[in-house]
Amino acid sequence: MATLEIKDLHAEVETEEGSKEILTGVNLTVRSGEIHAFMGPNGSGKSTLAYAIAGHPKYNVTSGSVLLDGEEVLEMSVDERARAGLFLAMQYPVEVPGVSMSNFLRSAATATRGEAPQVRHWVKEVKQAMSDLEIDESFSERSVNEGFSGGEKKRHEILQLDLLKPKFAILDETDSGLDVDALRVVSDGINRYTESGDKGVLLITHYTRILKHIKPDYVHVFVKGQVAESGGPELADELEESGYVRFTEKKEAAAQS
Amino acid sequence: MTESTLETSGRNGLDERDPQNSAVPPRSSRGHRFTSYDVRAFEVPGGREEDWRFTPMKRLRGLHDGSAEATGSLDVEVSGDSAVKVETVDRSDERLGTAGAPADRIAAQAWSSFTEATVVTIPKDTQATDPVTVTVHGPGQDRTAYGHLQVRAEPLSEAVVVLDYRGSGIIGDNIEMVAEDSARLSVVTIHDFADDATQVSSEHAYLGKDAVFRHFAASLGGDLVRVNTKVTFGDRGGDADVLGVYFADSGQHLEHRLLMDHAQPNCRSNVTYKGALQGNSARSVWIGDVLIQAAAEGTETFELNRNLVLTEGARADSVPNLEIETGEIAGAGHASAIGRFDDDQLFYLQARGIPYDQARRLVVRGFFGELLQKITVDEVRERLEAAIDKELAAVGA
Repeated sequence: MATLEIKDLHAEVETEEGSKEILTGVNLTVRSGEIHAFMGPNGSGKSTLAYAIAGHPKYNVTSGSVLLDGEEVLEMSVDERARAGLFLAMQYPVEVPGVSMSNFLRSAATATRGEAPQVRHWVKEVKQAMSDLEIDESFSERSVNEGFSGGEKKRHEILQLDLLKPKFAILDETDSGLDVDALRVVSDGINRYTESGDKGVLLITHYTRILKHIKPDYVHVFVKGQVAESGGPELADELEESGYVRFTEKKEAAAQS
Repeated sequence: MTESTLETSGRNGLDERDPQNSAVPPRSSRGHRFTSYDVRAFEVPGGREEDWRFTPMKRLRGLHDGSAEATGSLDVEVSGDSAVKVETVDRSDERLGTAGAPADRIAAQAWSSFTEATVVTIPKDTQATDPVTVTVHGPGQDRTAYGHLQVRAEPLSEAVVVLDYRGSGIIGDNIEMVAEDSARLSVVTIHDFADDATQVSSEHAYLGKDAVFRHFAASLGGDLVRVNTKVTFGDRGGDADVLGVYFADSGQHLEHRLLMDHAQPNCRSNVTYKGALQGNSARSVWIGDVLIQAAAEGTETFELNRNLVLTEGARADSVPNLEIETGEIAGAGHASAIGRFDDDQLFYLQARGIPYDQARRLVVRGFFGELLQKITVDEVRERLEAAIDKELAAVGA
């Protein structure tokens, strides 16, 4: 049983006009076995939250804390966070020319598992995971994400999720840009990851589409850098019908009063 | 602050030419060069000349102005395939100088100053199965030596030659690489000097009919290394791959100047150099000239230079230049880029648990990997991979 606690998290990003506060006090707790859908309009800071937790150098946490089983994640380096059990499936996975997918996956598995996986088992494991995600075997000899289509990149993010099996996964708009078939394949991959019942997921999305495949236990509406409202799956149904207007207006009214 | 420059010549051979006198090259041409075996035919360069403007003249230790008299000698050892003939000859040997004449003052100085030359011959129709290693030791700290080496692959022969520079000192030399008709000659040159060394080397490659020439340069050590590589196509059907990697550390100056001189029809050249730089005042210069003369119809050529600037304070210059004097070519192009080390790539790898040092190594190995894979001699490839890892570790991340 693991817990990821985000407490009053404030973060800013460096822009040309100086630093700009994006996260204005985020509070959220995710326990293993739970799927939290994290929804909000564009520009509300969802991706910033994902990157801040993962430790991207562009985002500067000004106050608050992120605890993984009581350990302060913000004091860890990016790779330490990953080895501690956090995983970020990126919205825009980075291309790394000259580094083969197979070398990359093996390096990542070695790092997160603390020892190199046995070659025979590993090859089988990767083959199975790739076939589950309908990824052609030839991809393992290609450079990481290089020349992959948007959908191929997303499948590879989930491939890594399935192989590395982190305690907590933050999925940053993994559904965006996917056609119906790819969305199903990717969703199945995420469900395989959670089926053991001991994983926690923070599923960041703009649309409710993916929630037809992945059933959240909790739904949070994120507006202007903080959680505006939390509820059960019924909150997603409301968003599906009425959009974010109720939440963005409420925020503005609160700001004016 | 990292500085980088990128120049692309606008002169792609389209200069206004005097039709009455087309044998005279345009004054702006970099492909048509003055050459002479006589050092006195060259003026002492001051540093502003096109040929010298990127080179820190003071660090040439007098090689360019005649003040560096020979005070030592190069120690040359040749080992490897027994089918290969190795000779030490004096200046009067008529084979010397046939691959090309010096095109700058230091090359002419080296030509005028060497006392004995090493000639490595792969006899006609001979396939050397093992690589031939020519190890050249510098004359020692603060000593100056001039050298001359010729590697000659006779018709239909085939060999891989590794030219391995080591040690200290101040070195000016000419290297002739001759691939006669239908020969296949590969030369891997490793400039792996001690920190104090200065080397200015002129490489003259000459390809006969249907000859295949593969050249791989690796520049790692030394205070200043400047290498001129000219490939001359002596007949039709020549095919040259000229590849290189360099890794410039703090204070190092590594300069590579290439000239592919296409004077014959239906020849092919491909130039690809990749460099990484790190540390204060690490400096690299890459000049890639391609000249396609009027007679060189059906030429196919491409040149590429990429630089990876790993830290602030390093500077890479990259100047590709293409001069085309005939429209009847199969293809010609060039590309050049200087990029910063990509933080997003590092973040991505680290976000999968891979530690910083290892992530950095993966990215840099990936950058060079495509080229290093082309080295067929396993020990050499592994040595270069290890050398690059060591350079990366030296920074201490």
